[in-house]
Amino acid sequence: MNKIAIGTIYRSEILRFLRTLTQSFLSPVLSAMLYFIVFGAAIGPRVQEIGGVSYGQFIVPGIIMLTVMTQSISNAAFGIFFPKFTRTTYELLSAPVDFFEIMCGYVGAAATKSLSIGLVILVAANFFVDLQIEYPIIMVLLLVLTCICFALFGFIIGIWANNFEQLQVIPLMLVTPLVFLGGSFYSLKDLPPVWQTITLFNPVSYLISGFRWTFFGQADVPVVYSLLALGIFSLGCIIMIWWIFRTGWRLRT
Amino acid sequence: MTVIVDIQNLRKSYADGFEALKGVTLQINKGEIFALLGPNGAGKTTLISVICGISNLTSGTVTVDGFDIIRDFRAARSIIGLVPQDVTLEPFGRVKNTVRFSRGLFGQTANEAHVEIILRKLSLWDKRDNQCNQLSGGMKRRTLIAKALSHEPKVLFLDEPTAGVDVELRRDMWQTVAELKATGVTIILTTHYIEEAEAMADRVGVIAQGKMLLVEEKHKLMQQLGQKQVEIQLDQQITRIPDGLSDYSLELGMDGYTLVYTYDSRGHRTGITKLLNDVASSGLVLRDLKTRQSSLEDIFVGLVEKAEQRGNV
Ligand SMILES: Nc1ncnc2c1ncn2[C@@H]1O[C@H](COP(=O)(O)OP(=O)(O)O)[C@@H](O)[C@H]1O
Ligand SMILES: [Mg+2]
Repeated sequence: MNKIAIGTIYRSEILRFLRTLTQSFLSPVLSAMLYFIVFGAAIGPRVQEIGGVSYGQFIVPGIIMLTVMTQSISNAAFGIFFPKFTRTTYELLSAPVDFFEIMCGYVGAAATKSLSIGLVILVAANFFVDLQIEYPIIMVLLLVLTCICFALFGFIIGIWANNFEQLQVIPLMLVTPLVFLGGSFYSLKDLPPVWQTITLFNPVSYLISGFRWTFFGQADVPVVYSLLALGIFSLGCIIMIWWIFRTGWRLRT
Repeated sequence: MTVIVDIQNLRKSYADGFEALKGVTLQINKGEIFALLGPNGAGKTTLISVICGISNLTSGTVTVDGFDIIRDFRAARSIIGLVPQDVTLEPFGRVKNTVRFSRGLFGQTANEAHVEIILRKLSLWDKRDNQCNQLSGGMKRRTLIAKALSHEPKVLFLDEPTAGVDVELRRDMWQTVAELKATGVTIILTTHYIEEAEAMADRVGVIAQGKMLLVEEKHKLMQQLGQKQVEIQLDQQITRIPDGLSDYSLELGMDGYTLVYTYDSRGHRTGITKLLNDVASSGLVLRDLKTRQSSLEDIFVGLVEKAEQRGNV
């Protein structure tokens, strides 16, 4: 394994992230703050407590998840799309590296970025509401795994995309609805039964529910399901990436 | 002589079914400068792309320093440097960083001294902290060369290194290539300029339509390519070449008004003066003279025809 190559890709991606700090860091953090203000501070007091948790507190894990999921996807997708766009992938393809090194470099960097954004939002949330975290270690574990898992998915989107429009379309048309309807802002138990059943087919709801459990100790579904969903989805993505580099799909002519 | 790149019966069909390489067999010797000469669309870039891992091969094998480019891709690629045909650089990356990046990607530990040597040699040291999009075309190309050299390759592919580069920079590039050769690097470059192959190469391979037409020591090929023709236009129509001119292997034009003499412009003597004297003494009156140098296209056509006659195609 070419560890130096992994480090090289990782560092150069983090550098690019730091170069564009305003768009890549401040804007997602700012959006999260707006959610806290609008839903937490303005609307929250009128909403009744959910299982002993105020609405302002309740939405914090949901908003963190919402942010890291979308950020992981867009960071990783852009990370590999950019060399395709500037036609510098020739260098990745001609280097003595395998799918594994390239994936670790790009996905690792993308996950690091979104994790740092998630942690900043978590800290910032304390300015709006009192937060206690029941299971901090599992919380961090879930957060890290979510970042990696969604970055893996974003990496595939970045390879698949042939233009900026395609780069945006899956995050916008598929991921955003899944995340919003996955219980970021409400408890699944508050939904009509039909919608509860439908939501069971939304993998994102397992993650949000599990993540919320690490904060408040109560969940719509058991936390093992969240870990299981992450594991299965990540594995699927890794196999897909292995196949992409093996066949050269959308990368090699 | 040791063979460092061994290409055996390489075929490449693109996804649309187009066969860009139709069974290429070629050996590159260690330490030489090999020029791959061919018109646009001949398959030069395709050949390089397959060797470097940018394109999938359809069939055949390639080894680099004994390592199969697929089975031992890590070992093979570690010793290859590639300067692509198109100038492709991350626009906002800085020159020095992008060279460091290449080195790291190839698994080499950071070596600032080496990076500095390369950047100085390529006259990029003053621009080391500039973003790539602030460089001139020639500098961008040299940055690509610096990246390719960053990991100290044994084999360097230069795909049309002087395309779109002005005359002065072209000479600089030839100089750079000569210096690289002196350090023991094997260089394979593609070009469609004959002068370029002439200025740099030890051996020349001519490729057209996905087939290698010939591989030759440069000086031998240049003799063939140096052929010129002089067309003598006559005042009167003749039906046969006069006996006094039979030594010149002249061709008589269809119209009976022109004589065509082929000679080697690099030869010690072209024989033109004597020919013109003999034409005059055989009683023919000259109306006009034209000289013609075979263009590269003519030469390729000629080579393809020859290959067909030999039954190679
Ligand atoms: N991605 C591709 N798909 C289909 N045909 C291609 C592709 N790339 C190159 N070709 C074709 O292959 C032939 C050789 O191209 P190339 O290797 O770029 O030639 P050269 O570098 O000698 O100019 C050309 O006819 C070109 O149109
Ligand atoms: Mg080409």
